[in-house]
Amino acid sequence: MRFFAFIAVLAVGLLLVSAVQEFPKFGDVNSPANAYELSQEFITKTETDTMVPNIVTAVLADYRGYDTMFETVVVFTGGLAIFAILRTTRREDRSEPAEASRDRVEPSATDSGRIIVATTVRLMVPVIQLFSLYVLAHGHHSPGGGFQGGVILGASFILLALVSDLPTTLKRFSESRFLAFGALGILIYAGIGLICMFLGKNFLDYAVLDKVIPDWMESVFGVTSGAEWARSHAMLAVEVGVAITVASIMFAIYALLSSNGRLRDGL
Amino acid sequence: MILLAASNAVHGQGIPIQAFNLILLLLLVITAVISLRVRDLLSAAMVYGIYSFLICLLWCQMGAVDVAFTEAAVGAGVSAVFLIATVYNTKRKSSD
Repeated sequence: MRFFAFIAVLAVGLLLVSAVQEFPKFGDVNSPANAYELSQEFITKTETDTMVPNIVTAVLADYRGYDTMFETVVVFTGGLAIFAILRTTRREDRSEPAEASRDRVEPSATDSGRIIVATTVRLMVPVIQLFSLYVLAHGHHSPGGGFQGGVILGASFILLALVSDLPTTLKRFSESRFLAFGALGILIYAGIGLICMFLGKNFLDYAVLDKVIPDWMESVFGVTSGAEWARSHAMLAVEVGVAITVASIMFAIYALLSSNGRLRDGL
Repeated sequence: MILLAASNAVHGQGIPIQAFNLILLLLLVITAVISLRVRDLLSAAMVYGIYSFLICLLWCQMGAVDVAFTEAAVGAGVSAVFLIATVYNTKRKSSD
């Protein structure tokens, strides 16, 4: 049986290698991806349409913002699915009275072998979180954006949970809180889309938000073209929504996976 | 290939980019095979993290920096941690 599987894998592999020979040269201007007129339009018109130099972020959050919204919903649904499958409350957990938790010795960070890691992590986590906010806010000009910033923020909480106990981290970012924040991000994203719809234009058509931005704000920042400014900042707002959802769901999945659904003690 | 690198070093350039790509792709195939064949699931999760980092380097070389950033953050920061957490809660020895 494994012999036939090996033959099948070899055949598909040779087929793929022979197909790669037919690819256009890397960076060819006449390749189908570059010669397509929509690509040309994205490359030439992004800066004038949206005041955002990073074409990848502009396509992700503005031109194809509908897809990014559903990508965020997929992340949230994945977190919900893991929550629904794994989350249990065993009978011994439910009947555990208060004195048991009072008697339980918390593994303190001054135990031998953990003080170095604990001190390093305590110094690093604020820097990591600040960096994640930088990546989120600077996504318009540099590589990054909402999803990357959200993953780094979630990873900072995971780092905290790895070094100290999971219940200690859950005191900072409890279960109800991470579920609420997961939904809040999608609410921000879809809410901006609905505001655009209520103002008369299509769903997620950010240019119409120019009407709700007061004129004094535009004169303070010295903005001449209101629609592009509105698009650039609506993109920032939806990226914030994506980051909030992704950060909470990453930590939620880690908390559920490492404690086997019980959220009592982690790794 | 060593002679090529040496001649480039004499002229003041680095290793040629095709050699860089070739080394990375070879390492990619090797780590993929290792991560499937090794018996200890914890080691397989770690090698999966190495795979993720190598493909991030390849995307950086191709100029897709956003994708490489995402892969680095997700592969090293989140995905490997999830796999290791799952391995700790299930068994550690692969059954095949």
